Amino acid sequence: MAASDVKLLGTSPSPYVNRVQIALNLKSIEFEFLEETFGAKSELLLKSNPIHKKIPVMIHNDKPICESLIIVQYIDEVWTSGPTILPSDPYDRAMARFWAAFVEDKWYPTLKELRMAEGEEAKTAALEKLMEMMTLWEDAFAKCGKGKGFFGGECIGYLDIAFGSFLGWLKVTEEMLEIKLIDEAKTPGLAGWAERFCSHEAVKGVIPETEKLIELLKKFQAMAKAQSQN
Amino acid sequence: MIKLVGFWVSPFVLRVSWALKLKGVEYEYIEEDVFNKSPLLLELNPVHKKVPVLVHGHNVIVESLVILEYIDETWKQYPLLPQEPCDRANARFWAKFAEEKLMKNSWTAMSSQGDEKKLFLQSTLEDLEKIEGELKGKGKYFGGENLGYLDLALGWITYLVPVWEDIGSITILDPVKFPCTTAWMQNFLNHPVIKEDFPPRDKTDFYFRTRREEILALVGSPSKG
Repeated sequence: MAASDVKLLGTSPSPYVNRVQIALNLKSIEFEFLEETFGAKSELLLKSNPIHKKIPVMIHNDKPICESLIIVQYIDEVWTSGPTILPSDPYDRAMARFWAAFVEDKWYPTLKELRMAEGEEAKTAALEKLMEMMTLWEDAFAKCGKGKGFFGGECIGYLDIAFGSFLGWLKVTEEMLEIKLIDEAKTPGLAGWAERFCSHEAVKGVIPETEKLIELLKKFQAMAKAQSQN
Repeated sequence: MIKLVGFWVSPFVLRVSWALKLKGVEYEYIEEDVFNKSPLLLELNPVHKKVPVLVHGHNVIVESLVILEYIDETWKQYPLLPQEPCDRANARFWAKFAEEKLMKNSWTAMSSQGDEKKLFLQSTLEDLEKIEGELKGKGKYFGGENLGYLDLALGWITYLVPVWEDIGSITILDPVKFPCTTAWMQNFLNHPVIKEDFPPRDKTDFYFRTRREEILALVGSPSKG
């Protein structure tokens, strides 16, 4: 498939965009990455996603598809040769979808809550909530992975992509707050998985280095502060 | 035996029971008191502690849109999602939009007052305009000639919004502004499966009046809005 048939609008530090990049890489699909500039949405983005005006947007044969997990499912349904992303069994698919939704609905909001918490009490409360969730993830890994290396079993799958794309921001939180969210002692399954995921061919080079993400975050925080003071 | 644990007025539960009925799948319905959660619910859905829960043999599935896809993939008769990947993506997109925007905004427009109410009503109307746009040229339903995934995902509009309009003293479903949505509602409400499994208007009205009063009492404002 020619690169021009598939375009991806996004920014490299966005875990939502990373999901799509990883899915495309997994299927060996060539694509053109159109990097959006922070703070200025392109005409193409506004035209392709008029409802939410958000990245990622994948444009395939001039048709835009929006919302990262919807795009990943679309990729799986269109490119049927090569590795499958969603499991084949309906119950396994339901489990993968359930936990993928958990990333957006509960886990990532709590991670952000922890990062932005002011004061010891708020930090402790958010950390407690998050650590409970990490235990849930450890159990989910055992159940979904069925003793193999990934949530998808032998190979990277939908849930690996949905959750794993957030490992960059997870590591940012660990470093900035000097805590361990994934711990070899407490969450050995996740610890092994995180390493395997990040070094997978389809993932290497997609999620930016932790240092870069921290630098970006500090830039945003400074910008937000300046804006609120104006 | 297939079991569905639900709550009579929940839009998330109804879409699942409608799906099962459309597919002709027999199931046992277990009513849950969501304000006094049973040990069964807490055991079946420890993560969210919410309805609906579908139990199919050893499989326990939660989250209504996840359940809809499970039902569609397990029972192949009467397909709910379209065949083409881009149409499937489109259906999933609008279901998510309606959940994240329209439902939240219309609920808040109903249960708030003053400036907040005005703001959320405006957002609700903007959301509905987008849904109206999606319906243009579709035929009887979002799914075309047959009820499908997106109709089920949006079905709550047909019984919740008229009640919320009444209770919240707001107008949302203006047939002049939203002719396609109005026509779709009539088609939806007249479908034999839907007609048979629909929460009673007076009970729904009473339930949401009570909920609105509770919310306003929490906010500390008088209940006249």
